[in-house]
Amino acid sequence: MRPFAFKRVTTPADAVKTVKENAAARFIAGGTNLIDLMKEGVDLPNELVDISRLSLSLVRSLSGGGVSIGALAKNADTANHPLVRKGFPMLTQAILAGASPQIRNMATNGGNLMQRTRCAYFYDVATPCNKRQPGSGCSAKDGLNRYSAIFGWSDNCVAIHPSDMCVALAALDAVVNVQTVDGRERKINFADFHRLPENAPEKDNTLAHGEMITSIDIPKNNFAPTSYYLKVRDRASYAFALVSVAAALELQNGTIKQARIALGGVAHKPWRCFDAEKALVGKKPSAELFQEAAKNAMSDAKPLSDNGYKVRLAERAIAKALRRSARI
Amino acid sequence: MTYQNQQQQDGPSRVDGRAKVTGTAKYIAEFSFPGMVHGYLVQSTIAKGKIRDIDVADAEKQPGVVKVLSHKNLSKLAIPAPAPDAVVRPFYALTSDEIRFNAQPIAVVVAETFEQARYAASLVKVTYDKADHSTDLAKVIDAAFTPGREQPNRGTPEEVFAAAEIKIDATYTIPIEHHNAMEPHATVANWENGKLTVYDKTQGIQGTTGYLAGAFGIDRANVRVLSPFVGGAFGAALRPGPNLIIAAMASREIGRPVKVVYSRRQLATAHGYRPESIQTVKVAADKEGKLTSLTHEATHNTSGYENFSESLVGMARGLYACPNVRTVSKIARIDMQTPLWMRAPGMVSGAFALESALDELSYKLKIDPLELRLRNYAETDPETGKPFSSKELRECYRQAAERFGWSKRNPEPRSMRDGKYLIGWGMASGMWPAGQAPASARVTLNADGTARVESGTTDIGPGTYTTMTIIASQTLGLPLEKITFVLGDSELPPSPAQGGSTTTSSVGTAVKEASELTLKELMAAAGAQNDSPFSGAAFEDLEFKDGTVQIKGKPETNRKYADILSAHPDRKVSVLHRSTPDSGERGKYVIASHGAQFLEVRIDEEIGNIRVTRVVQGTAAGKIINPKGAHSQEMGGVVWGIGMALTEKTEVDHALGRIMNPNLAGYHVPVNADIGKIDTIFVEEDDKIVNPLGAKGLGELGMVGIPAAIANAVFHATGKRVRDLPITPDKLV
Ligand SMILES: Cc1cc2nc3c(=O)[nH]c(=O)nc-3n(C[C@H](O)[C@H](O)[C@H](O)COP(=O)(O)OP(=O)(O)OC[C@H]3O[C@@H](n4cnc5c(N)ncnc54)[C@H](O)[C@@H]3O)c2cc1C
Repeated sequence: MRPFAFKRVTTPADAVKTVKENAAARFIAGGTNLIDLMKEGVDLPNELVDISRLSLSLVRSLSGGGVSIGALAKNADTANHPLVRKGFPMLTQAILAGASPQIRNMATNGGNLMQRTRCAYFYDVATPCNKRQPGSGCSAKDGLNRYSAIFGWSDNCVAIHPSDMCVALAALDAVVNVQTVDGRERKINFADFHRLPENAPEKDNTLAHGEMITSIDIPKNNFAPTSYYLKVRDRASYAFALVSVAAALELQNGTIKQARIALGGVAHKPWRCFDAEKALVGKKPSAELFQEAAKNAMSDAKPLSDNGYKVRLAERAIAKALRRSARI
Repeated sequence: MTYQNQQQQDGPSRVDGRAKVTGTAKYIAEFSFPGMVHGYLVQSTIAKGKIRDIDVADAEKQPGVVKVLSHKNLSKLAIPAPAPDAVVRPFYALTSDEIRFNAQPIAVVVAETFEQARYAASLVKVTYDKADHSTDLAKVIDAAFTPGREQPNRGTPEEVFAAAEIKIDATYTIPIEHHNAMEPHATVANWENGKLTVYDKTQGIQGTTGYLAGAFGIDRANVRVLSPFVGGAFGAALRPGPNLIIAAMASREIGRPVKVVYSRRQLATAHGYRPESIQTVKVAADKEGKLTSLTHEATHNTSGYENFSESLVGMARGLYACPNVRTVSKIARIDMQTPLWMRAPGMVSGAFALESALDELSYKLKIDPLELRLRNYAETDPETGKPFSSKELRECYRQAAERFGWSKRNPEPRSMRDGKYLIGWGMASGMWPAGQAPASARVTLNADGTARVESGTTDIGPGTYTTMTIIASQTLGLPLEKITFVLGDSELPPSPAQGGSTTTSSVGTAVKEASELTLKELMAAAGAQNDSPFSGAAFEDLEFKDGTVQIKGKPETNRKYADILSAHPDRKVSVLHRSTPDSGERGKYVIASHGAQFLEVRIDEEIGNIRVTRVVQGTAAGKIINPKGAHSQEMGGVVWGIGMALTEKTEVDHALGRIMNPNLAGYHVPVNADIGKIDTIFVEEDDKIVNPLGAKGLGELGMVGIPAAIANAVFHATGKRVRDLPITPDKLV
């Protein structure tokens, strides 16, 4: 085994301090992603800081009516928590669409946000990959890119963020609470948490090394009865999304007051379709309207050699998810 | 006779089931010898070229590392160079600097622990002189060639096809697929006083023994191979894996036992794979649906160093009565390792093309696909005119169609719905030759009333332990629990490799015959005893039951085996017997298993989601000896067929010449959620020709028709013909 130190911390401050001081240190929570990456030689920390016993696993209501989910709450417990099931059923659907029951029992919410791409080249240390080894090149751009991005990619990287949970969180305008390296609290809007690859694909998100997620807030909304998470994949379970859609509507007197559309499997981050959302507001839900919105959402997609299907598939998936949300 | 699901639950359960679920059944990586060290493989990162240098300085400095071994420092093997025209050129890992495929094993790091070896392996630095590679079959297809000799045409297929009015000419493609068994390839090797003992994941004890004896230039008697349990193989362990020779060489070099276990990622090149294939079927019929011409051309890849060839065109020759048939079998070289047989090799790939083409033809003719097959039913072998030893395919069609409800099918594509889902019904057929090979077994009846039955076969999962125990039990007249069946050891009576669905036929016959001979020995022993009631009785007049023997109808003659043997000076009787197929009689017939598959798909067309909701599989494979095992094999065949049709594909990056999804997250075998209802029907055949058991093989047959039946159902549901597997959502949107 590659030698590494293992430290179990008892306070968030201690955790942050330990990781901050060592560029090759990593937090470990459920370990379902990090340990795989270590076995494959993709990530080679020399120190693991075990945060799994910190008291950050609470799921509780927020004063304004939203819910706060702890960074260390398990994916399974979060999905099945009554506050989440009742108030944010789309989040439950999204979490349960991911991985397997065993993995969800181990995986934490913080780890889910931080999970790395599943791009095959990223996982194979014998191949060039800018995300794994900056400057080595992107093998996927002109290689096997059936799973790769159709939005927001750069010549340096066409990888996608693989999470289901995060797509729902993006649609729900979640806020990520972070403990900074100097001991302060910082709030990051979900849309600003993950980033596009641009010239630095090795950076998945906007956390600084050593910063730790403590919880995720989901503000109150009225989407519960009219929201839906749709995941399209190569097999019925235990497969990452080809395309997924988190769709949510707030209806008032038969018209759409608010709409949310976020896509998974299409970009380096959960992809919000802001223009398409806006175009729905004030209209009466109908299959035609949703079809139009779906089409608009895909208008600036830029598919690669093997993933043109994602444009058609995402368009259909958006329309379908919106119909399911509106129950038409 | 018909077995149905419910009835099958009544058959005996696996005799090794308890050992398997409680973990006492040991798989190869779980064995060890005292003083054993661990070898971890280093694999190449280029597809073709030569190793310039292997720098092991860093690796060998690490704690626990014993040595890094490669072609540079390993002692030479004794293998003679292959003849220039040899077809089989086994790959001996770590014997040269030549790279023939990406992720080829090129060194092994030996250390005190697995973790130390794995870590040090990551520090081995290799430099190469790269050569250009090519791994894309489509790009080299022009250089495809026929490895052996093509079978001559039957009739005048080309002329008839050219003149025909109703015809189909279509091309079908199937990607590389991997077996992905649960158990990884592994070997534990130990040299002691010039004698080599290995625990090895293998389907063939004899082949493995011979391979090692040859490679090290030692007598077979000095090689012992053990493989008591195999955690799935599906063909992947029909040839020795690099782990075998590497562990044996390393152990010889270091003078300690060595264990080599493949990691999941490395496993994709531990063995071959179902080759990629490109097939064209040209089929014509008259207005009544009688086939007038059938051409099946198949090309698949081989490696750069061996002419691996499997027949994809067998069903085109043998399934339908068609007067004009042409088949072409070609292979083309790519720079990957040699393919290998994978469940229903050749046949399932060919069946996808042939049975899809027949379906396409049925729509042109406006004849029901089942009816089309019945109109072209081969009563005798269309190739030779010989009779079949038995063939209940017609009955399979009838019973499975009835169970499925096929007569209610609306023939129009896109006509059947369930709410917003499109429903499609498809069918296909399958066949598999029923082979038999020489095999041997030893049966020993003991004075305590138990029997030990031994044969050097393997059990890669189909339930060989159980089936052989059943055969011995029925023949010996002993309850199952009194019988111990032992396999997986080269010191046992030799039997062939477990492949081609021939084990029940071959080893089962040996067990049955050896059991009969043992009973005769028992009766000879009884006859020699003073108060024997059996003197003068013919063997045929005896009845063997529950560990006792009596003259039929004379309960007063009843004697326990145990009593007879207690009085015997050896306190046991034992017979070693080698059975051979009756090739004279078999040769007068064509002997094959057949099957018919009917299934339903439910499709959410908007997002390309396909679900196989129910399958009825009719199988005619002679006598069913192990009903539960047979049911489970046919279910497994369906699941494999679903994987091949809908999800499985080995992704190769042709620029790198490298397999990019060598893990169970990226290579999609079906999961439970992908599988609907599977109903199996066995139409028994009373076949006195195939072998004394009357049993044909069925382990591979069960998947043969499934991929085509699914593609046919997808067409029926959507009106879209997908000729390129797997049918993933992108192909429907
Ligand atoms: C086979 C398989 C299939 C899967 N399928 C899916 C799927 O379909 N959909 C899906 O969404 N997910 C899927 N997953 C991913 C799974 O959801 C993640 O592995 C899991 O959420 C990671 O959580 P963890 O607690 O185990 O993280 P760990 O493995 O412990 O950590 C992952 C990373 O997050 C960092 N980290 C952890 N906690 C924090 C924190 N509080 N603050 C800052 N950094 C932190 C770690 O340092 C590490 O870099 C799959 C995983 C596997 C193995």
